[in-house]
Amino acid sequence: MNADWRGFRGTEGNGLSKGEIPATLSQTSKDSWKVPLPGRGLSSPIVVGDLVFVTASSGSQQSNLHVLAYETVNGNKVWERIFRATGRTICHNKTCVAASTMVSDGNVVVAQFSSNDIFCLDLKGNLIWLRGLTFDYPNIANGLGMSSSPVVAQGVLVSQVENDADSFTFGLNLKNGTTLWKKDRPRGANWTSPIVLKNKSFEWVGLQSKEGISFLKPVNGEFMWQYKDGASTIPSSAISFENKTLLVPSNGLTALRTPEYGQNPEQLWRNNKLAPGTGSPAISGNQVFVINRANVLTSASIKTGEINWRLRIKGPISGSPIVTSNLLFIFSEEGLCQIIDIKEESEAKVIKEIDLKDTILCTPAADKGSIFVRSDRTLWKLSKKNNL
Amino acid sequence: MFKYLFLLLFCILMHPVFCNDDLFDAIIKLGPKGSGNENLVKQWSSVEKMSSADIPSFFYIMNQANDLGDNWIRAAIFEIIEKSGGDSLPKEEIIKFIKDYNNEGSSRRSAFDFLSSAVPQIAESLIPTFIEDPEPSLRREGVQLLLNQAGDLENEQQAIEAYEYALGKARDVDQIEYACKELKGLGKQIDLAQKMGFLTEWKVIGPFDNSSRNGFNIPYSPENTRDSINKKHEGKNGPVAWQTFSTSDRLGLLDLNQPFGHIKEVLCYAYAEFDSMQDQMVQFRIGSKNAWKLWINDELIFARDEYHRGATRVDQFILDGNLRKGKNRILVKVCQNEQTESWTKQWEFCFRITDLSGTKLQSLN
Repeated sequence: MNADWRGFRGTEGNGLSKGEIPATLSQTSKDSWKVPLPGRGLSSPIVVGDLVFVTASSGSQQSNLHVLAYETVNGNKVWERIFRATGRTICHNKTCVAASTMVSDGNVVVAQFSSNDIFCLDLKGNLIWLRGLTFDYPNIANGLGMSSSPVVAQGVLVSQVENDADSFTFGLNLKNGTTLWKKDRPRGANWTSPIVLKNKSFEWVGLQSKEGISFLKPVNGEFMWQYKDGASTIPSSAISFENKTLLVPSNGLTALRTPEYGQNPEQLWRNNKLAPGTGSPAISGNQVFVINRANVLTSASIKTGEINWRLRIKGPISGSPIVTSNLLFIFSEEGLCQIIDIKEESEAKVIKEIDLKDTILCTPAADKGSIFVRSDRTLWKLSKKNNL
Repeated sequence: MFKYLFLLLFCILMHPVFCNDDLFDAIIKLGPKGSGNENLVKQWSSVEKMSSADIPSFFYIMNQANDLGDNWIRAAIFEIIEKSGGDSLPKEEIIKFIKDYNNEGSSRRSAFDFLSSAVPQIAESLIPTFIEDPEPSLRREGVQLLLNQAGDLENEQQAIEAYEYALGKARDVDQIEYACKELKGLGKQIDLAQKMGFLTEWKVIGPFDNSSRNGFNIPYSPENTRDSINKKHEGKNGPVAWQTFSTSDRLGLLDLNQPFGHIKEVLCYAYAEFDSMQDQMVQFRIGSKNAWKLWINDELIFARDEYHRGATRVDQFILDGNLRKGKNRILVKVCQNEQTESWTKQWEFCFRITDLSGTKLQSLN
């Protein structure tokens, strides 16, 4: 089993860690470490093989764009590349230029920044290609900052760069960065990330916006089907583990049966009490988890949308939860990691807290039983004691 | 035979140079929208054959490259340094490059960054020389040193003089504001708007209709009528005339709710003239949380169709352009949308003109 964590909310983009993560995580275990970061960031770390990658931005205008690689085992920095933003770097104070999470196909890593600069590097840090999308289209920028994390599907990097002014989604050739296609998109600030829907016969990429969600073929940008009943512009959608159900933050939360080739989606259920706040839904087994703006974590049945349980947790919370088959991990903005037992569908409880005493806005990454999380200053690996 | 051997040897020796030429050419030819990317990717393997001795050449190529090419060059230098070690950086040549104002500011800044990473003490020793630097990001380093030194002074009069000196050199808004705040604490009041060169006297006309945000793209008569400043125009609710409007705001902010009232789904135009002593390249620096368009001498410089995404900031948009010798016409279209939340009340902008180093320019009239 591949244990990598290759993008925002993991390789599958639904927050689920296929391997177990123990509840005994600790800052002081011998396998845990923390290292200083050279700049701000709320992008998540990603893990490919023995390396953990993360972005940061520094300088008075946050125009220094850092891409960093560390050894997962001990936190030693393997390489760092510093580029200069070619697009706009003004952001709301809470966010920053290093907001989008990197993505990898296992051979290369791609870093996108709020300035809409995109860098593709091999795992050794050698630049493969770069693009400056705001350099190309000066009006693709958001006064509050951008945060959509790109995905890779069928050798294409899909990047949503959607704003009030010019609003586009790009399909870039992962080999050389050339534009394969460019789509006009609904005008309106949009911080959601694309998701990949994959099965034996096709691989489609979903683009969420205020209008709904549209799935297209990554190789040519051809739209396959659309759901047009509106959707959130902050939390992103999630796809169930079996790829049969799509959970869209729309009118609360709306479940769609993912269609076969040439068919339209079917609405399975809708529950307006399941609207996520800033973070995106996570999925484990038959449960979908959302955290609302009042910091209430809710579990619901993926099949019916019926609520299993609610649990008030400590917030405020900006990041998305990640889950295993029996635990859910969420960090509050104040740096408190709350580990919640979710194996019973009838109830849940917080079984452990770890206080990192720093502002955490990102979604953590998981790999081989450990968690990676970052603040503006620090990257942590949290492992259990006597981790093998 | 000898001749052929010589030619062969010449070709072998010169091969890396030609490789570099191809690579450098590909970097310089890199264009927008991915053009030139494929060719550059093909040439990139020659970076592997380069050594730290090639690094100064990269900085000179940076002078000719665009911002995207600059980032490719940074990547190449990182790869070379990683292979050769930071100690191998040709420091003297790089220092010479940094000190030479004939080189592009962004190239000199990049050279300084690599020098800082390799030998921070040497890089720091250059910072005091940056206080008059034409490259704003290097000048900033020098000014920060002056501000730090001023902060260390216990004698009040000496501190005032030191902050005033730093203020005279500062170009970045935050450093100017910081120096003014410290001087205010020491009993010295500074006219910030005057210091930064905001245009505070305007003629404004409005309101014009901006229902459904459509007015942004409607060319109302003030933007397409010759000599429009001397004419009345048809506004949203009937004929409207230009009126004088000025601001005493500390950062030159023009609150358009004052002349027109707190109204929604409207737009207005603001007009000013700027008398330039010469033809010159400048930067137009506009801040607005509303949608806006800017024309200089009837040429559209930039348009931004976005509302209330964050606050209005000084120098929010820095736009390169030109002034003619003599009178220049400045026209700004500022739009207000339909939102009713408390944070969408503002209908405002601020505007100033600087040279390319960020030094304020003032109209002769």
